Amino acid sequence: MARIGVFICHCGENISATVDVKKVAAAASRIPGVAHSVEYKYMCSDPGQQMIKNAVREKNLTGVVVAACSPRMHEPTFRRACAEAGLNPFLCEMANIREHCSWVHEKSDATTNKAIDIVRTLVAKVKKNKALLPIKVPVTKTALVLGGGIAGIQASLDIANAGHKVILVEKQPSIGGHMSQLSETFPTLDCSQCILTPRMVEVAQHPNITLHSYSELESLDGFIGNFKARIRKKARSLDEKLCTGCGLCTQKCPTRKIASEFDAGLGLRPAIYVPFPQAVPNKPVIDREHCTYYLKGKCRLCEKICPTQAIRFDQEDEILEVEVGAVVLATGFDIKHGDFFPEYGYGKYKDVIDGLQFERLASASGPTLGEMRRPSDGRVPETVVFVACAGSRDPAKGIEYCSKICCMYTAKHAMLYKHKVHHGRPYVFYMDIRAGGKMYEEFVRRAQEVDGVQYIRGRVSRIYERGGKLVVKGADTLLGARPMEIEADLVVLATAGVANAGAEELAQKVHVSYDPYYFYSEAHPKLRPVETNTAGIFLAGACQAPKDIPESVAQASGAAAKVAGLFSQSELVREPLIAVVDRQAPPLYSTCVGCFLCQAACPYQAIEKEEIRGRDGRLIKTVAKVNPGLCQGCGTCVALCRSKSIDIQGFSHEQVYAEVLALLNRGESDV
Amino acid sequence: MKTGFYPGCSMKGSAREYSESLLAVSQALGRELPEIPDWNCCGATAAHNLDRDLALALPARILAAAEKDGMYEVLVPCAACYSRLSVTRHELLGDEDLRRKISGLIEADYRGTARVLNIVEWLGGIPDLESKVRKPFAHKVACYYGCLLVRPAGIVNFDRPEEPRSMDLLMKKIGADPLDWAFKTECCGAGFSVSRTDLVARLSGLILDDAVQRGAEAVIVACPMCHLNLDMRRPNIEKLAGKKYNIPVIYITQALGLAMGIEPKKLGLQRHKVKVKFTQGLAKPPAASITPASAKPTAGAKSASGDSPAEAPFAGPSAKRGA
Ligand SMILES: Cc1cc2nc3c(=O)[nH]c(=O)nc-3n(C[C@H](O)[C@H](O)[C@H](O)COP(=O)(O)OP(=O)(O)OC[C@H]3O[C@@H](n4cnc5c(N)ncnc54)[C@H](O)[C@@H]3O)c2cc1C
Ligand code: SF4
Ligand code: SF4
Ligand code: SF4
Repeated sequence: MARIGVFICHCGENISATVDVKKVAAAASRIPGVAHSVEYKYMCSDPGQQMIKNAVREKNLTGVVVAACSPRMHEPTFRRACAEAGLNPFLCEMANIREHCSWVHEKSDATTNKAIDIVRTLVAKVKKNKALLPIKVPVTKTALVLGGGIAGIQASLDIANAGHKVILVEKQPSIGGHMSQLSETFPTLDCSQCILTPRMVEVAQHPNITLHSYSELESLDGFIGNFKARIRKKARSLDEKLCTGCGLCTQKCPTRKIASEFDAGLGLRPAIYVPFPQAVPNKPVIDREHCTYYLKGKCRLCEKICPTQAIRFDQEDEILEVEVGAVVLATGFDIKHGDFFPEYGYGKYKDVIDGLQFERLASASGPTLGEMRRPSDGRVPETVVFVACAGSRDPAKGIEYCSKICCMYTAKHAMLYKHKVHHGRPYVFYMDIRAGGKMYEEFVRRAQEVDGVQYIRGRVSRIYERGGKLVVKGADTLLGARPMEIEADLVVLATAGVANAGAEELAQKVHVSYDPYYFYSEAHPKLRPVETNTAGIFLAGACQAPKDIPESVAQASGAAAKVAGLFSQSELVREPLIAVVDRQAPPLYSTCVGCFLCQAACPYQAIEKEEIRGRDGRLIKTVAKVNPGLCQGCGTCVALCRSKSIDIQGFSHEQVYAEVLALLNRGESDV
Repeated sequence: MKTGFYPGCSMKGSAREYSESLLAVSQALGRELPEIPDWNCCGATAAHNLDRDLALALPARILAAAEKDGMYEVLVPCAACYSRLSVTRHELLGDEDLRRKISGLIEADYRGTARVLNIVEWLGGIPDLESKVRKPFAHKVACYYGCLLVRPAGIVNFDRPEEPRSMDLLMKKIGADPLDWAFKTECCGAGFSVSRTDLVARLSGLILDDAVQRGAEAVIVACPMCHLNLDMRRPNIEKLAGKKYNIPVIYITQALGLAMGIEPKKLGLQRHKVKVKFTQGLAKPPAASITPASAKPTAGAKSASGDSPAEAPFAGPSAKRGA
């Protein structure tokens, strides 16, 4: 005979303000099989958990229903409490009367009755629950880090220094990410390359790190501790082992007029190239879209010139298969380009540029060698207008968030300009100045007060050319929204920080969720900021939201700590909520008819074939079997099986029917 | 499945030529445009400053009448009316209580089934417009969208709100050369046409000045209000600017009509204050002799390139035409 305990939580007032909890407790006590029914202000608190533990022991409970918040929130808490009292944790269920009831309805009898209904279904279910044992799985102590910007670099180094193996995959020919493009960095104005390149070199030389540059993830299968990744190493068109990085080929390649990605389109590069001199690895790639040989079948100059005969025109992409225990996503961000600002003439006027282009103009390694010269005619701009919030915080542009980094880099840009052109006139149009951070506000003030940058609070409505000048039309809202025009020589738009173009595709490959802007979602916005909702996959850097370097690095170290914590265990425990195929005594052995529809349907390749043999070794039948290590409990196979031979433990047919029946047959126990 | 036509007040009065040219064009295209039966004023600039219910009820009554008449879309050529009708539809479809309330006020169940189209959308939806062109409108034009045709973006949801191009594309289809200019969506002074002519003169003056400086031969408009300010208020504009602008202001339907070979009279071209000398359809001067399209004005040029310098700019005092 079942002896179920029902524990109803007020959740402060979250539940009790709209649901009559006393009535629910009373109604629950009348459900057949319920041996104990109480309500309490905070069930998840220590005294609340103690109530459950005591009742389990004293009343000899065979099952527990906690009617409270979502199981996503506290199921582990209550299951642990039950386990501590000696009850199998899988005999504890949660009835969600908060998210599914009190939060979405007004206070009324109907609301209370719905809460009672929810409790009744879960009581019916828990009566059919079976004690389950958690599944133990081994941990592969190698981490896969995707993205070699500063976040990926930091995460790799931290994990490697904790003694674990790291496979770092970077899409571009070199690691470094956006930070490698920056000139100097706020708030200290130290040179970006100078602080970044030593770390890049450390990555390349670290014995625990394997770097795959110019590579991308093809697919990821498996689960925490046991992922299988396929990595596409794109053809560099040369043998990396033979290439010494002497650079002769890149100097001699006759196809030289290709817009350099690294210089944000302001400089040129050859068809065989290294993105920048400090690149890691310092080995070129051939850009097949532009190389004369691939286009016209002639040239092969680099091949002739290479002293080590490293060039391989016929090289093909290579697919590597690796096993890893954890994944860190550190694929970074991008800024808005192109057609986004037709009213600002971005893409139309050469002297309307974005922040990254300005970084390249200001950088000593940039196309002007750090001299402040505008792209159109190479003249030194006398008046420069910086437009903050270009696209950000603008619902009309579809981007409602603040990009967070641009107030700071705009102040930096105006300052750098003034340091290079002493007589220049920098103006900044802004909405608000967001300079929260250590030494940040002081930095912006320095731009205003020491370097004399003119800050104008107002938006720019339009930019157009008139008589060789760029007319910037805006308003000064601190002077009564006075319309104003500035004739500028150069305009720099702090365009919105956005997710990478490939962010969504990657998220779907690795099964993590993302927000409406394609930034990856953390598991909890406050308490689990470096984890995703997929166990074993962590986040670092600007792929989660626009971030500056210090924040990206901090999160990367956080993610690395999580990975190291995971790798400190020799085995992982998984919930046994997986599919099982029916097994019976002879002569039936199993209701499975061996059609293997389930095998084709399973998205995780978890279904295998098992041969059932008699004592004499004779094959009796071939039936399906679920690999408990691979099954994710999605239930696809259950829905497909025509002989109803597969069930999900914890969500069996029997349990779900019991729930439905409980809803249909309201007994006399009801109010 | 018919498309209704909401003329609104100005197309029956001050902007008669807009209506005439639209109907001439639609007839030539073989598209019927029945007027919405028993239509009323949309409330225009006044109602929504005074009374929200009234501002919604007036357009809702129009749209309800169209729905009742089986119209599944309504062409609203005036940008101001278009804005009122679009905003009303948007607000009522997004708020069931409000929809019921306004339906009560107008004593008709407004359902929101009829789509509201502006002139550019309607023309843009006509397949193969290029094939209807008899005499390519080979002129440099400045397409002026004004404030209301493409905004607010969230409601009209048509073209880019700050740098629209749909009218430019239509102009290309009829052989014109739409210029890249800076005042496509700047305000002309709109409803202040009567009360603050000084303001209108300044704002509209800036618009004309940029168009002329960039070598436009005509400003193309899709709104009676814009036309009124840029054309009828020309004396005020010129007085304030201290210079003459001879550039004509032409409705998009008139330009299309000319390209389709419709007689200028049928398009109401003679009604403009600033005379239009694109008389392609007429016997008089062939197009080539009037428009020195290649003439590039110098910065601060006194006269527009599209005009023969000797031509007297005006037909007469604005009072003559009365709205
Ligand atoms: C104009 C500008 C100026 C700035 N100035 C400063 C400053 O002065 N100070 C400061 O603190 N911050 C500054 N920032 C912010 C700084 O650039 C970011 O904080 C930092 O780059 C974030 O690092 P990340 O590694 O998360 O991302 P990223 O730098 O974007 O690196 C991501 C890396 O992942 C790679 N990648 C992308 N997708 C994949 C994939 N699918 N597979 C494999 N690899 C992939 C990319 O190629 C890239 O190498 C500035 C930003 C901008 C735009
Ligand atoms: S010439 Fe050969 S060795 Fe030198 S960088 Fe090029 S590929 Fe490498
Ligand atoms: S073969 Fe291609 S990469 Fe090599 S030198 Fe010629 S153009 Fe450059
Ligand atoms: S950080 Fe500053 S410039 Fe960037 S979006 Fe936020 S407020 Fe605008």
